[in-house]
Amino acid sequence: MTAAVAISLSVNGERIEANILPRLNLADFLREHLKLTGTHVGCEHGVCGACTVRVNGDIVRSCLMLAVQTHNATVETIEGLSDSGEIADLQSAFRERNALQCGFCTPGMLMAAQDLLKQSASLDREQIREHLSGNYCRCTGYQAIVDAIETTAQARSGRLP
Amino acid sequence: MPIVWAGEVTPKMKASAFAYARATSVANALELLTAHGEKAKVLSGGQSLLPAMNLRLIAPELVVDISELAELRGVVVKGGVLTIGALTRHVDLLKSPEIAAHAPLLRDAVTHVAHPAIRNRGTIGGSLAQADPASELPACMLTLGATIVVCGPSGERRIAANQFFAGIYETALTPQELLVAVELPVIPKSSTHFFHEFARRHGDYAIVGLAAQALVKDGQFADLRLGFFAVGDRPLLAKSAGKLVDVAVTPAVLAEASSALNDELDPLEDQQATPTMRRHLAKVLLTRCVSSLLARPDLCTGASA
Ligand SMILES: Cc1cc2nc3c(=O)[nH]c(=O)nc-3n(C[C@H](O)[C@H](O)[C@H](O)COP(=O)(O)OP(=O)(O)OC[C@H]3O[C@@H](n4cnc5c(N)ncnc54)[C@H](O)[C@@H]3O)c2cc1C
Ligand code: FES
Ligand code: FES
Repeated sequence: MTAAVAISLSVNGERIEANILPRLNLADFLREHLKLTGTHVGCEHGVCGACTVRVNGDIVRSCLMLAVQTHNATVETIEGLSDSGEIADLQSAFRERNALQCGFCTPGMLMAAQDLLKQSASLDREQIREHLSGNYCRCTGYQAIVDAIETTAQARSGRLP
Repeated sequence: MPIVWAGEVTPKMKASAFAYARATSVANALELLTAHGEKAKVLSGGQSLLPAMNLRLIAPELVVDISELAELRGVVVKGGVLTIGALTRHVDLLKSPEIAAHAPLLRDAVTHVAHPAIRNRGTIGGSLAQADPASELPACMLTLGATIVVCGPSGERRIAANQFFAGIYETALTPQELLVAVELPVIPKSSTHFFHEFARRHGDYAIVGLAAQALVKDGQFADLRLGFFAVGDRPLLAKSAGKLVDVAVTPAVLAEASSALNDELDPLEDQQATPTMRRHLAKVLLTRCVSSLLARPDLCTGASA
């Protein structure tokens, strides 16, 4: 009964077919199976946000989704967002503002930040902090991360700082 | 080319092996639950089930995934009743115009449930079936007088919210049953609400919280329902609210209600707070709630957290 299950999904625009055990979560599938190691694994119970990816356009915790549940789904990881140039401005704002140190939280931060930036271009710091409330950073103290997202929001809405 | 997943990764934070069934209908899910009973677990959003499995707190033999059953998703208003399908996600409640119009308390409450990525998957049915005493939605169900609709091998059962929650992670559901929907009476236009919780950070489970719905007429409560959470092993619809209805609320009346509330509470001790702290915070919330709903800032003096 605990046999492997066949799944077919799109990951960063590429069709993937796989046979996997039900217990395998999406984060491990991406990292160990597809070698997409930009998705980080911190707590594995939904608390840290390092494993955040997009499934069918919504950000989710990849540690809290079974890989078998992504059958027929569209999954986008940090590699996809980065390679397509979708978040190039956000990434460079992170660099300029020193919004990363060790970088462990960064893929998840960028995923969550881009999710917010897509919903609204006029953001205040409180909204940014609330949207990132589920993403831990052990290094930066968050201030620089909020700065970088605020700058990107302003630039995207044509209100250059 | 299909790739075969070879198996073990670091074992300690991984779920143990289980069989997986993607339910094709409510009837199919019920068949699987009837056949496997306590060895099976329903998977909705997975935002409580999968952490528990990753931590090996539970190890079901079969996971019945109902998350694709579109028939269980959505919000409908008909004949004064708001019906919310069990698989309606937290984010759907947040964005629903029907919820904003007919149960705005629920909208306010959901903003405090976890974080965006978790709200994109977590469902109302999962949250009520999980019955975490610190959870927002179960308390809202008491406040709003919800009916919880459940399907099992012998048909449908309709359970009043105040009969549904039975203790920490315990409900009136049997392992063979599926929560399929909740029904809420549409609130009168003139009704007002108050929602507030104390938490360490935004999105954390509450230390203590209050979901209140009221009818205010000529500066007095014509009706007041106070649903407290994280004040005991299950959410509490406070009877002490009765002391504030159809009376002119003075500091003395409020103090009396507050002491009656204290007698109703049975707070638990955990890493977040002592029972004494929870009692104090519940009384602070009561005062703030009454003061805010009656627009009487004078009642709030001295109510600091
Ligand atoms: C980091 C983090 C923070 C969180 N913070 C909060 C918070 O502040 N407040 C809060 O309320 N919640 C919080 N949650 C939990 C979240 O709200 C979950 O979405 C919710 O508790 C469960 O919903 P689900 O759909 O994910 O259920 P699942 O995880 O799929 O299921 C939960 C339980 O209910 C059973 N079940 C699910 N659906 C049904 C059904 N239709 N019929 C019968 N049984 C069913 C399952 O078998 C399981 O036992 C948090 C979760 C995480 C990971
Ligand atoms: S690893 Fe998924 S939230 Fe921490
Ligand atoms: S940069 Fe190190 S955890 Fe955020």
